[in-house]
This record gives sequence, C-alpha cells and structure tokens, in this order.
Amino acid sequence: MQFSEQWLREYTNPTIDTDALSHLLTMAGLEVEGLDGVGAEFTKVVVAEIISAEKHPDADRLQVLKVNIGEADPLQIVCGASNARVGIKAPCALVGAVLPGFEIKQAKVRGVESFGMMCSEKELGLAAESAGILELPGDATVGQDIREFLGLNDKLFTLKLTPNRSDCLSLVGIAREVAALTGAELALPNAEAVKSTIADSKAVSVADQEACAIYSGRLVKGVNAQAITPTWMVRRLERSGLHSISAIVDITNYVLLELGQPMHAFDAAKLSGDINVRWASQNEEIALLNQQTVKLDKDMLVIADKSGAIAFAGVMGGASTAVSDSTQDIFLESAFFTPDTIAGKGRRFGISTDSSYRFERGVDYGRTLQALERATALVLEICGGQAGPVTAVNGTLPVRVPTKLRMAKLNSILGITLEENLVTRLFDQLGFDYELKAGVFEVSPPSYRFDIEREVDLIEEIARLHGYDNIPAIAPVADLRMLPDDEGRAARHVFQDILVANDYQEVVTYSFVDESWERDLLANANPIKLKNPIASNLSVMRSSIWGGLLDVLVYNLNRQQTRVRLFELGATYHHAANNTYAETTRISGLAYGDALPEQWGEAARSVDFYDVKAAVDNLTFGRAEYLAAEHPALHPGQSAKVLLDGKAIGWIGKLHPKWQQHYQLPKGVVLFELDFVALQQRKVLIYSEVSKFPPIRRDMAVLVDEKISVSELLNAMQGAHVEFVTEIGLFDVYRGKGIAEDQKSLAFYVLMQDSQKSFVDADADKVMSSLLDIVQKKFGAELR
Amino acid sequence: MQNTSLESLIPEAESDFAACGNINDLEQAKAKYLGKSGSLTEAMKGLGKLSNEERPAAGAAINVVKQAVEAALKARRDSILLAEQEKQLAGESLDVTLPARGQGKGGLHPVSLTLARVESLFHSIGFDVAEGPEIESDFYNFTALNIPDTHPARAMHDTFYVDAADGSLDYVLRTHTSPVQVHYMQDAMKNKSDMPLKIIAPGRVYRVDSDATHSPMFHQVEGLWVDENISFANLKGVVQDFLQRFFERDDLQVRFRPSFFPFTEPSAEMDMSWNGGWLEIGGCGMVHPEVFKHVGIDAEKYRGFAFGLGVERLTMLRYGVNDLRHFFNNDLRFLQQFGR
Repeated sequence: MQFSEQWLREYTNPTIDTDALSHLLTMAGLEVEGLDGVGAEFTKVVVAEIISAEKHPDADRLQVLKVNIGEADPLQIVCGASNARVGIKAPCALVGAVLPGFEIKQAKVRGVESFGMMCSEKELGLAAESAGILELPGDATVGQDIREFLGLNDKLFTLKLTPNRSDCLSLVGIAREVAALTGAELALPNAEAVKSTIADSKAVSVADQEACAIYSGRLVKGVNAQAITPTWMVRRLERSGLHSISAIVDITNYVLLELGQPMHAFDAAKLSGDINVRWASQNEEIALLNQQTVKLDKDMLVIADKSGAIAFAGVMGGASTAVSDSTQDIFLESAFFTPDTIAGKGRRFGISTDSSYRFERGVDYGRTLQALERATALVLEICGGQAGPVTAVNGTLPVRVPTKLRMAKLNSILGITLEENLVTRLFDQLGFDYELKAGVFEVSPPSYRFDIEREVDLIEEIARLHGYDNIPAIAPVADLRMLPDDEGRAARHVFQDILVANDYQEVVTYSFVDESWERDLLANANPIKLKNPIASNLSVMRSSIWGGLLDVLVYNLNRQQTRVRLFELGATYHHAANNTYAETTRISGLAYGDALPEQWGEAARSVDFYDVKAAVDNLTFGRAEYLAAEHPALHPGQSAKVLLDGKAIGWIGKLHPKWQQHYQLPKGVVLFELDFVALQQRKVLIYSEVSKFPPIRRDMAVLVDEKISVSELLNAMQGAHVEFVTEIGLFDVYRGKGIAEDQKSLAFYVLMQDSQKSFVDADADKVMSSLLDIVQKKFGAELR
Repeated sequence: MQNTSLESLIPEAESDFAACGNINDLEQAKAKYLGKSGSLTEAMKGLGKLSNEERPAAGAAINVVKQAVEAALKARRDSILLAEQEKQLAGESLDVTLPARGQGKGGLHPVSLTLARVESLFHSIGFDVAEGPEIESDFYNFTALNIPDTHPARAMHDTFYVDAADGSLDYVLRTHTSPVQVHYMQDAMKNKSDMPLKIIAPGRVYRVDSDATHSPMFHQVEGLWVDENISFANLKGVVQDFLQRFFERDDLQVRFRPSFFPFTEPSAEMDMSWNGGWLEIGGCGMVHPEVFKHVGIDAEKYRGFAFGLGVERLTMLRYGVNDLRHFFNNDLRFLQQFGR
C-alpha cells in the first residue's frame, strides 16, 4: 500500500514529523518499507509566464524569452525548448537554483545574457524523459514556488501490510490507525448522500445473500466519459502507484484508495435486463477486462444480466460491459463479498487485483453505501450527468461476536501487569465497543476489523498499542533439569570433524538437481519431480549427493583448483508407499587430484580407492566391511558396498571412466556415500580385562589366487575363533618376481595371548598351524 | 723412584690428554699412564719391592698421582664427548620453517559453523534439537499452522510443490521450519512427555525465489518453548540473550515489531541494531491457540513461544559475508577461509 503523506494528513494531522510518523507506523505493525520523495530535491524554481519570445540573434534553435515571475521586472532567459512560446506558464529555475546535478548561474549564451532556466520534467527529476519545458495549467500562480504548486514537498509511504490488516488498505483506514496511535483528531471525507435527479434504476437480485451480503448500485445517465480527470486526483492516484486511465475508472480507483471499497462501473447501455448476483455455473465463460477469457468454477460468484456473466464478482469486471470513451450512461456498483467467497478464486487463473486483494482480506461493510455516494458525487462533479436512486440488496452481514478479554490472561501471556484503566483507554483509542465486568472486557469489533475473533487477537491489539517496546525482556524462570545424552548415538559434529581432519571441505549443495544426474549416475528413472522448479536443471529431488559434489568439483576445476576434496551431510529424497516420500540423511564425499597437498617431502601421487577408504574406515571407527559390487556411477572393478554389522550402509568407489569423460575431468574421482543414521549408532563400550601376560606375534605369508580377496581370508581365519588369537591383520601384499602370474603373496601377522599364563612357542606353533590349515583347505593357499 | 718424578707425571698426562682430539686418541694416551704397562701401573707394581715400612707412604703417593691423572682423563673425556655431541647436533639441525609433511585439513561450511553455535547456545539453557521432513505434507506446512487453503498468507510463501504421480498437490518442500513444531508437539503429546517442551529445529527450507538476495534453498532455525508460565516477555528475553551471546555483544539491541503469522499471536518481527540501523533477523510470537488445538495441547493451561531465525543472515552478519550466493556456489576460495 503506497500513499501520499499530504493526503493522509488531510484526514489526520498529528504533530509529529515524517520520520516520527514512519517510525510510529512501523512499530505499530504497519511496516514502512519505503519512504521516498516526489521528484528530485531542488530549490528556487518558480512558476513563470512567458511574456515575449524573440529569436536569438546568433543561434537558430534558441529563443530569448522575457518571463514574468511575479516581480516588477521580467527576467531575460535564453531557452532552447521548441514548445517555449508566449502565453504559457512553465517552471523557471532562478539564478542560484540547485537542480539535480547542476546549479543555475547567470550566464551569457552565444553573447546574450540569461538569468535562469526554463525547466522540463526531466530536469526536475519528475520524469525519466520529457520533451520540451513543462507546461503548467493556466491557473498556476506566477511566482509561486513550483514545489508548492506541484505539491512536491510530499513524501510517499510504502507500507508492507500483513494479511490481517485489511482495514489499513485505504487512506481512511490508515488515518484511523494513526489517530488511534497518536490521539490526533480524525476528519474523514464528506459522505453525504447524493440526491437522485432521475428515476431510472436497475433491479438487483442476489442469490446467495451471505456470500454477497450487500449489493448496491445506481444509474448515472448522461455522463461525459471523456472528461479530464482533475490534476489533484491524478496526482493522488499516481502517488499511490496508479496511472490515470479515464475519468470514470479514475474515480472508482480513487474511492478504492480513499475508502478501501472496490467499485465497478458498467456501461449501462451494454447491460441487458436486471442485475443478478449468483454462483457461476461450472465452466461458465467470461471475457475479462484484461483480455483474459476464463472458465469459472461453480464456487465463484458472478454479476450477471440476461446475457450471462458480466463480472467476476470481487475480482474483475467483464469486457462486454466495460466503460469506454463513448459511454453515456453508467451503472455504478458497490458491494460487499465475504472474504471466503473471494479468497483464492482469482488465483486459480493467476489473477490478483486491487479489488480481490481487498475482498479476500476483508472490506469494511459499514461503508459500502458511503462509497457508492462518494463515487456518485465525484462522477457528477467531474463527468456531469444525472444520478438515479440507489438500488440495494441487504443480505446477512457477518456477525461480529463479542469477544472476551480477561485481564489475567492478558497479563500472563504478555508477562507484564497492565491496569484496567490503561486497557480501557487503549480500546477507546481504537474505537472498539466494549463492556467491562469484573476484570473481563467484552469487546465488539468494528465492521472494518476482520482479525478480532479471539481473546488472543485482543491481547495482540493491546500489546501493539501499548507498544512491544514497553514489554521488558525477561529471562524465563524454569526448573533446572539435564537433557538426555545418548552415548549410543554419536553427534553430527563427530563425523564432520573426522572428515575435516581427513582434509575434506564441507559444502552445501541444492537438494534439487538436474534430472540427468539421477538418470545417469544413479539409474533412477523415477526421481521425485517438482511441479514448479526454479530452473529446468533443478527439477528433481536428489536421491544421492554425488551429483552435487561433482558439480562443485567442476565449478572449482574451472577456477584453477587442482586438488578438491569435498563432503556434504544432508538429506536424500525417495519415493515411499502410498504416494508418500521418505528422506535419508547421508554423508557423502569426493576426492580428486593428489592424495596429499603438494609438498617437499612426499612424491606426488593421485588419490585412489584406498586413500578414500581410510576416510570411510575413520567414519565407521574401523568397523566397516567392503564387498566388491557394481554401481552405475562407479568403475566396475573399483567399487564396493560398505557394510556395517553385516548391513549395507553405502558405497565407495572410483567414478566410472565414462562419467569422468562425460564431465570432462582430467583425472579420476573417488566417491563415497554412507547412511548417516547407521553411522551414528554405536555400542556403549564394556571394558575387557587387559592381560598381564605379554602377547606373542607370529607372521605368516601365503600364496593365493588373485581372485581371492583379503577379507575372505581374514574372515575365514577370524571366524574360526582359534583359541588365544587376539588379532589377525594384513601387513604386506606382494606380486611379481618368484610369484606366479595369477597369484599373490599375502603376509599376515597374528597376535596371541593367554590371559592365565605366559604363552610359549609350542602353543604359538599350534595356533599357526591351525590357521594355515584353514586357509589351505578353504582357499588352496600355500605357505610361502 | 722419586716422588718428584712421579708428580711430574701429572702435568705430563694433562698435556698429553689435552693434545688428544678424540676418544680413541685419549684411550691410547690413557694407556701410557694407566695401561698394563703404563707408568703408574708400573709404579704400583714397584711397590712390592719396597719394605713394609716404606710401602704405605709410597703407595699413598702413587695414589695421589693416579687420582689426579684419572681426574684429568675424565675431564678431558667429558670435554671431548661434549664437543662431539655438539658437533653431531650441529650437523642434525633442521630448517624448522620447512612446511610440515602429511595430510592437510579441511573445513566446515560457514552455515554449519553458525548452526553449531546456535545449537550450543540453546543447549546451554536446555533446548534439545528436533528434526522434521523437508518434503512436507500440505497439512503440516500450512493447515496445522493455521494457514488454511485459501488464506492470503499462503501467497506469501512462494511454495515448491511436489509433482505427484496422482496429480495431487499434497506435498510441498517445506517453506519454513515451523512444521517441526507441530510434529514435535504431536509426538510429545502421544508419548505423554513432561513439560516444558524446549526445542530448536534447524534445517533447510525452500521458496520459489532466486536473485541476489534470495536463494531457492536456505536454512532456518526454529525455536519453541511450551510451558505453563511462558510469556511474551520471556520470548523477548530469550531472543535478546541469544543474539547478544551469538554476536558476543552485550550492547546489541533487539527490537520487536508487531507483525502477523497465522501460527503465532501476538506476533513480532525481530530486528537487531547493526551499524546504526535496524536489521530484520526473524519472526516470532506466542504459539497460536489454533496450533495448540491441532496438536492437542490445552491452550488454557499451557502457552508457548516460537521463533524462526534466518541462518544465512546470522552467518553473513557474524562473518561479514556480503553475498548470499557465496553459500551455495561452494567456491573453495570462499569456503576454505572458514577452516582457518
């Protein structure tokens, strides 16, 4: 809602300046989001009349003017505007005037003295472009400061109104609010009934008198539709952001701004028969004023005549009955539709109008008729014509149920102690009717307030008027009780910190991604789609974080980075049963480039599977198992499922070379992604006895077929639970000289211990021979 | 043997020892005096030839000299060892300014840094962290928060809708973290949890809006405190406390302006003082009775406050970041600054 301060102050004029008024409104919940001047700042520009115009002796395009600025002697001014001519009035900047960007000085122009400058709209900052000097109306007073004459010492307020405050969608409403906040006097515009001078009228019927509780209208005949809208009205409309269209339309817009009542004018000659307000039939068509033809639903209200729907009630008029330059008779409408009747209806066609915006929030049904009278008076004044009598249907108005406010509740919600007499005064200022009985106010909200239905609405109203600033900030008093702390579920930061320590940088990427990532990298033919994506490459919800990480990789490679290690912790999105959705939190990483930062002490080497596996081992506290498996995004020979307690929790692997090529990546990429909730689960440790006897270590190297994985051997040996064995691990892999082509040598260490006595060599020999026996039988391994 | 000649061995040995530059030479020089056929050893052997009367005095005289020679030997040995050690250490000295070897260190995203501080500050006064789905049902995102279908407030939430197979618009990307309140209160009532309910709910939210100052995805943190005696004054107290602690400025002013949210009443916008002006930092209010009704909490007995803060806004102010787009471009040159 944008308006002129001067207009507002005509209705209520508190003794505070513009900035104080702005602060007052903001702190009352009517946020001032814009406060602008009108035109540019300038000084010493007055109304001047051109009394003579001679050709400049030495320049074809210049004239030497004599202008009257209301002083004894006229000023001589050299002027280049082609529209400068004797008899017109125009702004004249005097010597010493400061205009946007320059100052006016006495000067000689091609040898002729000039004592000022005639101004265009552009030069005064009133328009972006203008042709020639600004021609002022003939009744302008010569010598008057142009700022005063054009009302430029005005300020434009732009309010960001919340949906509950529809009562402030008009100048009268804002004035009422300002008066309530300041106690200043309120002088609202005259609203006397216009006497009808002709008997012509239209019969009106209303089918649903709850949805349309008031419908009033009247004929005005013999109007001049081409009348010029008076300057004062054009100026007020423009300062509220509305362009002047034609006198009749301007008048309806003006009343909308002044009183908040949407108005409509039909061309009476185009109406056939009586007016009927009714529900639309399903798919009933109407061509609207904005050239849009829509098919209405049956929960939409229309104004109809014999020809069918002629207006989409509360939203927009129809094209068939629109007023035009040739209109002679009009039917003026002022109605009240309930918010529920209008809410959301225009939006189905993408239409929001000043009218629907107000009706869906609530229009003052106490001023419907007043608005009609006001509009009629303005039409008669500006366009002439003769008004007929008002036809009105008065249906069932909304009921304003008295709402109770308990003092005790008020004070306990706000956390302060307000006295009854203060609350009384605040209700008086608001103009609310109330009764007070034993600490309980019973308040009947006025017709212009649609947001007072509950006790808490009144509490907010009192808090607002009293001032939120006057409510102290108080720390709550509460019982001190500790929060649960689940040690079996590791906190998020534990895992973030592990990856940071492993040289991974955290990133945050969009949850919506390019559909091709889902299709290509994840073979997901059915990702969750968005109905209204922000861009076509952000149209589906990710089912893996990898796409986003690869995108960040490419972004940074394009910015001269050569070593990139990223991780993200966030949700992935999946279809679930019955058309619902499920989310899984994942932690996902990517490594590209050298394994280590460039350094003097280590030879450079590209990151590989095992480097990234170290990060996954750290994230799983060494509990992960790896099972070779294929994934559409990954290199078939360098990818694995990650298992935790036997359950698959994610993937690790090298990006498939075809995707590496597709993304134009010079080097290989290693990726992992793990189910975060599974990672967080851990057993609370139970201590086991530390043996007093020293452990014994024995090593064993075996030759096995290449195809046999280390974990198969380890699992077999560990799984046998040979007595006294406390740990078995791999410490060397050897291929090459002395080893057959399809074989490898694996060297294991075995730690053994007896908690009861010292372990002797003979015992160790026995253990080693049973372990060897296991791998020989199961895998055909040979002792090396 | 003359005592005088014996005593002259002392300066002789001292001079011999001093001439030795290393331990080997010193050991050889030692032999000359204390070795198997060294002069002092020989002198000791000569004692046997003396009479019983002469032997003690002569023995004592030899011992005096022997001790002096041994002392000179030890002193010289220590000094050689020290010199050798010093030489070795000098040879082993490093350029300590050479960079370290091994793996580097990554860093957290600035939004994570902020969320960690927010969680820690609220944890310190007993707030738990709650989470909720980001693909949210229309009911939780709107209806349960007192925003019915046709409510004008819906137009304020440029909502992303999920394109469902059945054509329905029942699911949205949550436009705020407020639905987590509803889930949490419902669960608390179902589990008959004890009051108070005190949570913050950080997370991603989505709006169909993208320009220099709007991202289609951003983060909010929601706060909720429900108890029998919680007031608007307490809301102001907690929010002001938080902002002063978060920015580590006791003089930070917080301003509450009346506003409108369908799920709180009274509602307020929170502004904080910044560089001589006011900056909007979030919205808040007392939980609306209609929301309590949806989750089955008795609004006559209990009340609560709720607030929502913009995480990117907090991060930008805290670290002086001037462009929202940095957070989602993930340029390493930006991100790595926060790991240092």
